[in-house]
Amino acid sequence: MDRQRVNLDGFAVENAELGLIALRSPYDPEPSVVIEDGRITELDGVPERDFDSIDTFIARHGIDLSVAAEAMALSDVAFARLLTDPAVPRGEIIRLSAGATPAKLTRVLAILKPHELGMAMAKLRSRRTPSNQAHVTNRLDDPLLLAADAATAAAFGFREIETTVPVLDDAPSNAVACLIGAAVASQGVLIQCSVEEAAELELGMRGLTSYAETVSLYGTEQVFTDGDDTPWSKAFLTSAYASRGMKMRVSSGAGAEVLMAGAERKSMLYLEARCVALARAVGAQGVQNGGIDGASVAAAVPNGLRELMAENVMVMMRNLESCSGNDALMSESDMRRTSRTLPIVLAGSDFAFSGFGSIQRYDNMFGPSNFNAEDIDDFLAMQRDWGIDGGLRTVTPERLAGLRREAAQACRAVYGYLGLADFTDEHLARAVDAAGSKDLGETDTLAVLTAAHAIRQRGLTVVDIVTALDECGFPDLAERTVAFVQARLGGDYLQTSAIFDEQLTVLSLVTDPNDYAGPGTGYEPPPARRREIDAIRQARGVEDLRESQARCAAPGLLRRAGAAAQGSDARDVVIGVSPAVGRDVWRCLSGLAVPDVLREILAGLEEEGCVGRIVRFGDTVDLGQIGLAAARLSGSGIGIGLQGKGTALIHRRDLAPLANLELYSVAPTITPELYRLLGANAARHAKGGTPDPARNPYSDEAIEARYHTTVIALMELERRRVDPAAGPETLVLS
Amino acid sequence: MTEVRALSGKAVTELTVEAMRSGEIGVADLRIHPETLKRQAQVAERHANPQLADNLRRAAELTALPDEEVLAIYDALRPGRSTAAELAALAGSLAYRGLPRCAALVAEAAEVYARRGLVAS
Repeated sequence: MDRQRVNLDGFAVENAELGLIALRSPYDPEPSVVIEDGRITELDGVPERDFDSIDTFIARHGIDLSVAAEAMALSDVAFARLLTDPAVPRGEIIRLSAGATPAKLTRVLAILKPHELGMAMAKLRSRRTPSNQAHVTNRLDDPLLLAADAATAAAFGFREIETTVPVLDDAPSNAVACLIGAAVASQGVLIQCSVEEAAELELGMRGLTSYAETVSLYGTEQVFTDGDDTPWSKAFLTSAYASRGMKMRVSSGAGAEVLMAGAERKSMLYLEARCVALARAVGAQGVQNGGIDGASVAAAVPNGLRELMAENVMVMMRNLESCSGNDALMSESDMRRTSRTLPIVLAGSDFAFSGFGSIQRYDNMFGPSNFNAEDIDDFLAMQRDWGIDGGLRTVTPERLAGLRREAAQACRAVYGYLGLADFTDEHLARAVDAAGSKDLGETDTLAVLTAAHAIRQRGLTVVDIVTALDECGFPDLAERTVAFVQARLGGDYLQTSAIFDEQLTVLSLVTDPNDYAGPGTGYEPPPARRREIDAIRQARGVEDLRESQARCAAPGLLRRAGAAAQGSDARDVVIGVSPAVGRDVWRCLSGLAVPDVLREILAGLEEEGCVGRIVRFGDTVDLGQIGLAAARLSGSGIGIGLQGKGTALIHRRDLAPLANLELYSVAPTITPELYRLLGANAARHAKGGTPDPARNPYSDEAIEARYHTTVIALMELERRRVDPAAGPETLVLS
Repeated sequence: MTEVRALSGKAVTELTVEAMRSGEIGVADLRIHPETLKRQAQVAERHANPQLADNLRRAAELTALPDEEVLAIYDALRPGRSTAAELAALAGSLAYRGLPRCAALVAEAAEVYARRGLVAS
């Protein structure tokens, strides 16, 4: 048991002194607010004269004085019940929460059980349509790979792409590569290049990026100051981004203060409540929280995952966009990391991930995300399993290859046209095919740096990118990029929870408000989206199976030889096969060809001195009936039944249909040796001898999960061949 | 519906690939117009977020300042960068230049920083 991967994770003893406590510390303040002469003179037990800078900013800008008394007078339980009561509309929660202090919201959310957090999230998120964000980075800052991977991310449905750099100066190059790559696959994908504020703002001002989120807030004054900011500098920065027309959200989350030994004995949820109140107060439209870099700190203590989800719900209560964490690998255990993410995906958030690693783990320069490229198929299956919209869709390998090629080509052309860098055909081919940067071989990383410097020093803007795209034979991409610039200037995407859909329509709190009010209401994937969610590439229907069986067909091996007669020889053993064998069904679930299986059975019979005879029974798909009919037709009175899927049994003419002598039931695991043994044992039964007991091979695999859909389709092929009037027909194996 | 214009006054519909290729489009044509931000502030107000509205109104003011100055003010507001007097002077200057909301933010910072030891020594 110790070898299970979960035991690689760190688990901490709860310790309020260190801030290692999730929902409620004995040192958390009692919620309180005192208003005198139109100003807050006490906030959560602290009198105004003792306010630190965070208290002050929240008291002056973050609390709606007109509802504070009403909100604070509600008992914690009464408030908590409003969150899950479908009869209480979202707007009412928003109104009351605006008057609640950080300590109050902490107490309220600490009451909610996990499923209640899910109910609250479904009702309280701002945007009706859920969405998802991707991380697109690589160790080399390779532009062609970034472009190809941005195209991949956009093709999968991510509406925001966040990139960053291992080498700070590469930032402009990464922004350009992602901008081009994403545009190849979809219109309107928002791009972020996470670097320090000034550089990020500069990229935005040049139209190379379109949102920012790495604007960190902390829950204690000391840690905030250590982060070289104050609430006022962050408020100003928030306005600075908006002044350049950039969407922006702030970033916070449990564990940050603990890691810096600055939690001041407070619970993680309370410190985060201060951050979220501050986020609203500074005028940010949204928050990236739910742990983020400290997710594994929260996960190390009791109730940690509950705390992470409560952070997201708190953001929603403050009427802000939630970018719901899940962007840091919080466990070595696949089960634990799934358990961390699933409740949020099921409830639905503005962004289920504040960075799903759409690239390989090793290429994620933010560190591995909780879900990564390796997990996309799992995520798509989970969406489909639960019928929920996690923002992603299936992309065929062919489409992906085409998009990646176009993205890399467009990126190379732009870099070449603008004199930034030249890339070889081989480099391009490798980037298109690469799973990650390890597949690129040796690259010239200095060329990237040179390109980035040129972009910065020459002051290149999106205008230059558009010109280059148009000049280099990518007029559609140029038009698409221009349309995005135009759309952003309308400013609608500065509203809460705004994304662009693929038609460049803004979906936000304003244009696509969440209207969940209990069962039968709220977001449901529209029919086209439902089909996208359902149509994972692994799904197979009967016709798919018919085609794959047809590819194995070998009609010459199994010829029809007229009506089968009653046997009289005591050594005669009939092998009864199902209606589609030799017509539509040629390969068993084990992968063995049906003629090979028959050959083994015949050989087994022969070894024991009997003679096999193959007869197709066209009137039933039931193996017991087939086996019994075979036995009755046999001179020996012993028959073998074989379904096309490979299940086999030995029958005797005087038994009931559902009784049998031996059953080989787990068709996918039956080997040639077992079929031979089956034949030999049938012969021993015929001779009145003692059969060798056959043991069905044991397997710890999810056999049923693997084969049940195929079994259903195979049985349908068999059923379609049933003809109640068909008599037994002899088949000859050559 | 109001026609959307860039900071330069150019209508966004004039931002075409051809215009970009002919060199007619500068950075001011890519930037958001203060009236757009004010209009969005009203929308935010109507959607129960007066703080977002305040932010967008401060942003509208900041469209008048060059990038370097915006970044310089941000830096001045970081902890320990400015004396209370310097912040007060900055607030005065912003108010004088027609950025009252930004001025108020800086003035408030001056007061709080002095009390919380966040001013330059």
